[in-house]
Amino acid sequence: MSQRLSAAFAKGRPALVTFVTAGDPTPDATASILDALVEGGADVIELGMPFTDPMADGPAIQRANLRSFAAGTKTADILAIATAFRARHPEVPLVLMGYANPMTIRGADWFAAECAKAGVDGVICVDIPPEEDRELGPALRAAGISPIRLATPTTDAARLPAVLDGSSGFLYYVSVAGITGQQQAALGSIEEAVSRLKAATDLPVAVGFGVRTPEQAAAIAKVASGVVVGSALVEIVGEHGADAAGPVRDATRALADAVHGARG
Amino acid sequence: MNAPSSQANSLKNQPDESGHFGAFGGRYVAETLMPLILDLEREYNAAKKDPAFRAEFDDLLEHFVGRPSPLYYAPRITAHYRDKAPAGKGPKIYFKREELNHTGAHKINNCVGQILLAMRMGKTRIIAETGAGQHGVATATVAARFGLPCTIFMGAKDVERQKPNVFRMKLLGAEVHPVTSGAETLKDAMNEALRDWVANVHDTFYIIGTAAGPHPYPELVRDFQSVIGKETREQIMKAESRLPDMLVAAVGGGSNAIGLFHPFLDDAQVAMVGIEAAGHGIESGQHAASLKGGKPGILHGNKTYLLQDEDGQITEAHSISAGLDYPGIGPEHSWLHESGRVEYVPITDKQALEAFQLCCELEGIIPALESSHALAALPELTQRLGEDQILVVNVSGRGDKDIFTVAEALGVEL
Repeated sequence: MSQRLSAAFAKGRPALVTFVTAGDPTPDATASILDALVEGGADVIELGMPFTDPMADGPAIQRANLRSFAAGTKTADILAIATAFRARHPEVPLVLMGYANPMTIRGADWFAAECAKAGVDGVICVDIPPEEDRELGPALRAAGISPIRLATPTTDAARLPAVLDGSSGFLYYVSVAGITGQQQAALGSIEEAVSRLKAATDLPVAVGFGVRTPEQAAAIAKVASGVVVGSALVEIVGEHGADAAGPVRDATRALADAVHGARG
Repeated sequence: MNAPSSQANSLKNQPDESGHFGAFGGRYVAETLMPLILDLEREYNAAKKDPAFRAEFDDLLEHFVGRPSPLYYAPRITAHYRDKAPAGKGPKIYFKREELNHTGAHKINNCVGQILLAMRMGKTRIIAETGAGQHGVATATVAARFGLPCTIFMGAKDVERQKPNVFRMKLLGAEVHPVTSGAETLKDAMNEALRDWVANVHDTFYIIGTAAGPHPYPELVRDFQSVIGKETREQIMKAESRLPDMLVAAVGGGSNAIGLFHPFLDDAQVAMVGIEAAGHGIESGQHAASLKGGKPGILHGNKTYLLQDEDGQITEAHSISAGLDYPGIGPEHSWLHESGRVEYVPITDKQALEAFQLCCELEGIIPALESSHALAALPELTQRLGEDQILVVNVSGRGDKDIFTVAEALGVEL
């Protein structure tokens, strides 16, 4: 498993995980937005691979996908964005997040090899549950890429071992049964879920879905290894387009300060 | 509902335990939905073995849906094609009259089965996707019959194109939710239904309209629709004392076709032809023929043939028939295509329109544009079979809903 990912969660403080969509607003403009995330203090970068049918995403990320497609973003562009990011930021972990079809269409081995070449550390595939792991998991593991799985409020104790089996990097806890960018779960339920997950795995547990403000992020960071923020940043990109780097950096800094300092 | 065949190598024994039809099918869903899908599978397996479930299903099919639907000998269509065929060719043509069901299509068979599962699982809210509105109407119908609130997701473009069906659904008490994402058609309606389901897992049952989606949907939809093939088998034995030589059905997602085909899969003497919508022609790029013009991929919970670009992005389908206007196909059809058991043939919008008119004129039956695709294959298929042979076409739905589309295509102002 990736050293960069494990190091990001071993800094003695909670980690901020940030998500933006690749190619939004254009493939060329994504580099400055990723740099802004790093400069703002993000510990892990999730780069969303746009898909025509993002079933797990709310309106904010759906619109980001459409902007990316309108700019002509192809899989080759996303891999080029990742490769260039790795050259600029040798130490910052980079995770690709998206859907099964664009990841497997040329074969899982092809995708895993390209990820390895580009310096990608982990892959989150929303619609490949453990039951279908053979579609992508073995190829990623063979290439040294962490398959990062999602646990949800519906993942019960009987199912959790299957979710953990073969996953690495970190465990992504989806705090609400729902899509991205909607309401946040009650803090009590997150705390209970995280302690249940931590009892079952040594992997860091990052909590996401519906986290928008530094205050929310800080509250979650008190109990989780990391906090994921996506839609709120994607909306800033939507608002500012090619000039989004500055506002993204400011928003990331506020989130990072809140998360990093959450435990005093 | 289907007892597994005792034949070890039976084609009827798919899917396997993990929901795969060969390389196709499976359960490609977000983790939030996985426990629900597994629950549904457990509940369906229990229901299959429960005589009370079977009895209630059969009773509703008889008294609410109006089954069995007739198997009708179509004398003038038979004579028409016999005249055009070489000497000695031109089979007897029968229609399986699914268009005579309550709500006007085969869709209701599946909805009756799924609402019984929803009741059995204690779910209190129903959702469904719809394209032309036929499945939406059928779902709203069973939801009304069982007193459950129902939300139908429908692309905003389809809401505009299919106003009569939107009003029907509302009369039946359903809420129609126009979907403005993507291309605003069936595929986007399905995305939005999945998003709703993920957010309402505790109380909501998703009635999927075709034999596609994550396991166990392709299996259970097929099983509920297999009443079409089982009746056809009994009816043709009574009428002709023999099995048919060829079965023909239109394929969008493929539920009417798999319902007709499945009970005959092990009868090697019965040829089967599925008709895909070729829109303006495969070469035009504007079509809905996933098998002829697509390749395998993963969408909406299953691995199957899809219309997509080289990056795996899903491309828009086109067909004059809204019910066939979807960029995928049920996974069992992908498997039957690759195994060669079923032949799949493309038919264009223009061919379907001609067949629509011919059926109206010669048989006094207004077929759905979906079913018209199956009828449009007859000019070619009837040349292959002799006069003493039998061909059955599934007339899966009635065409009243399509008269506006047909009028527009023919340049007629209503």
